[in-house]
Amino acid sequence: MRQYSNVIAAYSIMLILIILVGIFQSWSIALSILNYCLISAVMTIGANIQWGYAGLINFGIMGYTALGGLAVVLVSVAPVPEAWNAGGLGLIICLLIIAMMVISIKFIKSKFKYLKNKTLIISIILILGLILIRLISEPAIESIESIDPAKTGFLGGLGLPVLFSWIVGGLFAASVAFVIGKIALGLRADYLAIATLLIAEIIVSIIKHEDWLARGVKNVIGLKRPAPYEIDLQNSQWFINLVEKFNFSKLNLINSISERQDELSQLVINASTVYVKLCFTGLFLIIVISLLILTQRALYSPWGRKMRAIRDNEVSAGAMGKNVVKEHLLIFVLGSAIVGLAGAMMVTNDGLFTPGSYRPMRYTFVIWVMVIVGGTGNNFGAILGGFVVWFLWVQAAPMSLFLINIFTINLPETNEFKIHLINSAPYFRFLIIGIGLLIIMRYRPQGILPEKIVKH
Amino acid sequence: MDFINAVVLLLNFTVLPALTYGSQLALGAIFVTLIYGVLRFANFATGDMMSFGTMFAVILTYYFQSIGINFGLLPTALLTIPFAVLMMIFYMLIIDKFVFSYYRIKKSPPVQLAMVSVGVMFVTQAIIRIIIGPSDRRFLDGEKFILKATKFKEITGLNEGLTIKSTQIITIFVTIVVVSIMFWFLNKTKTGTSMRAYSDNEDLALLSGIDPKKVVLITWVIAGILASIGGILYGLDKSYRPFVYFNNMLPIFAAAIVGGIGNPYGAFLGGYVIAFAEIFLTYAYKKFFSYILPEALEPNSLVQLISTDYKFAISFSILVIVLLFRPSGIFEGKKI
Repeated sequence: MRQYSNVIAAYSIMLILIILVGIFQSWSIALSILNYCLISAVMTIGANIQWGYAGLINFGIMGYTALGGLAVVLVSVAPVPEAWNAGGLGLIICLLIIAMMVISIKFIKSKFKYLKNKTLIISIILILGLILIRLISEPAIESIESIDPAKTGFLGGLGLPVLFSWIVGGLFAASVAFVIGKIALGLRADYLAIATLLIAEIIVSIIKHEDWLARGVKNVIGLKRPAPYEIDLQNSQWFINLVEKFNFSKLNLINSISERQDELSQLVINASTVYVKLCFTGLFLIIVISLLILTQRALYSPWGRKMRAIRDNEVSAGAMGKNVVKEHLLIFVLGSAIVGLAGAMMVTNDGLFTPGSYRPMRYTFVIWVMVIVGGTGNNFGAILGGFVVWFLWVQAAPMSLFLINIFTINLPETNEFKIHLINSAPYFRFLIIGIGLLIIMRYRPQGILPEKIVKH
Repeated sequence: MDFINAVVLLLNFTVLPALTYGSQLALGAIFVTLIYGVLRFANFATGDMMSFGTMFAVILTYYFQSIGINFGLLPTALLTIPFAVLMMIFYMLIIDKFVFSYYRIKKSPPVQLAMVSVGVMFVTQAIIRIIIGPSDRRFLDGEKFILKATKFKEITGLNEGLTIKSTQIITIFVTIVVVSIMFWFLNKTKTGTSMRAYSDNEDLALLSGIDPKKVVLITWVIAGILASIGGILYGLDKSYRPFVYFNNMLPIFAAAIVGGIGNPYGAFLGGYVIAFAEIFLTYAYKKFFSYILPEALEPNSLVQLISTDYKFAISFSILVIVLLFRPSGIFEGKKI
């Protein structure tokens, strides 16, 4: 128990902070912070697997998050039959052409290894294929996008339950990570960082500009939820009774019936948002805890020890007969799949998919700060990092506003300096996160909760 | 006649903008490559450092305008360059003293320095946004055009106009001056040679009596000059917006790696490779072909190879291809 005392202490402080937000601001805010903390925790578990276990630097987290979000749209949104009739066939043909291109290139590469004109043939196949795809897809995409562009203008999804899309999100990210890993994993650490950062940009720009896929920057709103809707709750009798029971003493103090009714309906509205968020919290907690158990088991298994050996000395691990390339690819795919799952969770929580909001600052660098601040190689640390940094990220603006008001209390309201400071309060979050990262890197490079190596 | 029209069309819409954009990228790419070559880390704060220098130019331009100083036909911002460069160097040296030098002396792995530079990126971005805010600012004044399309048509009697913006000429001219001075410095002076020696082999350089502190100082000074001038030129040509500068980091990295990271000549050419690829691949050639082809063969579609939405994606794809087939860059890197 003693070895876990610092973990328990750190988590209790975090819990108390969130409860304080609940008391001083509102429970709805506290719960949405907690939900986002849990989502960030899933992302940091994914990033920690790659960086902490295997030492792979992946700056492409944004791309996998976006892919997870895309999965939610493609799985859960109801299909648009008119769009399928208009251009579905053309796009399916395009997909087949791409598959044929890949297969034929693979075939040529494996069968005709010593052919002189190999590159020439491959490039001819590529160019011909691209021209064909262009010719077939352009009219198809145009006709899809012209169908009711204000509301649909895309193929829609499969109309399946939204929870299923979380798995699909993981699979999407994993399959893309497999391709990227095949291409980029041979690179040295800092090249890998830049390459993955740029590849993630490419993924996001494809999602942004291919409107037939998920409406691009026009966003998809009103996604399905695994939790009940507020408006249904407010109209159901059992929920009103429940709220009445909880606030019995408070309601009894009010004498007039009409006032009591008003108060009750207000309480029901508040309670419904809290209830929905609690549902999400429960779901996310299940995911985080099961992932934590799995990753913890993996870390202390023979496989985890092998990964650590590869991380600490690639050459000698290779000399011991470990397949470094294969293990790197495996862990790259696994970590990315977890990040994809987190992306799907996030879009489900928001209920909307906004490709324009995927920016490397928020979805790559902040996640990295979380992993490094929390503790690389330690799953508890990574999750804690997700909590701490997300909490700071959200609460930095109100906190700095509070401090600004204290320091400039003697200045008049019309003072330009004061107005400027108050207007720039949202940007203090970058300052706090940046300085926090620099301090941690300098004085505690192993993170708040350092990696624990169990000796056998 | 049609042929000349076609050439002018290409000059106006592709070659000139690409040369301008390429020069801006080239300055940034040399900055990245110098830091990588001498200090040995990938600097993720590149875009924001360029933005930091530009911010001073913007503020000073507004100040100069308010007290009535201007540069005649040229933009006032050119007058502010020395001050902006000084502030930039000062900021970089402070950052180096309090952040980077610790890891350099400890000989930390490059990845750790790269992570530290992410922290610097956050802090720089915060400072910029707190001082000047995130909004879009134009600070170009003076004469906007050197040659207007209508005038060009009058003089030559062609159908196609050629517009030369003053910022385009200023950018290309300033880039040539700065880069040639820098290459002269690196190749001909003693300090420059010692920098190259330090970058090639640190231990040997130290053995032969090169002062590492001086090398690092000179590197930051050159980096400060390149970063702020590159940033100011970009801001004059387009407009100043902190977020855009952060995004520009990505094509700049692409340019530096395509040219072979650590190799300033490569970085310089890499900037143009990226810029020309971006603009040539996204340009719609319909009008061009309508001039050079006989009427029967004229295309109906736009003849655009890739839609402009994917402008950034092109440079990244080039980068990925280069990394796959020639990881050390087209012009062989890791030399200075």
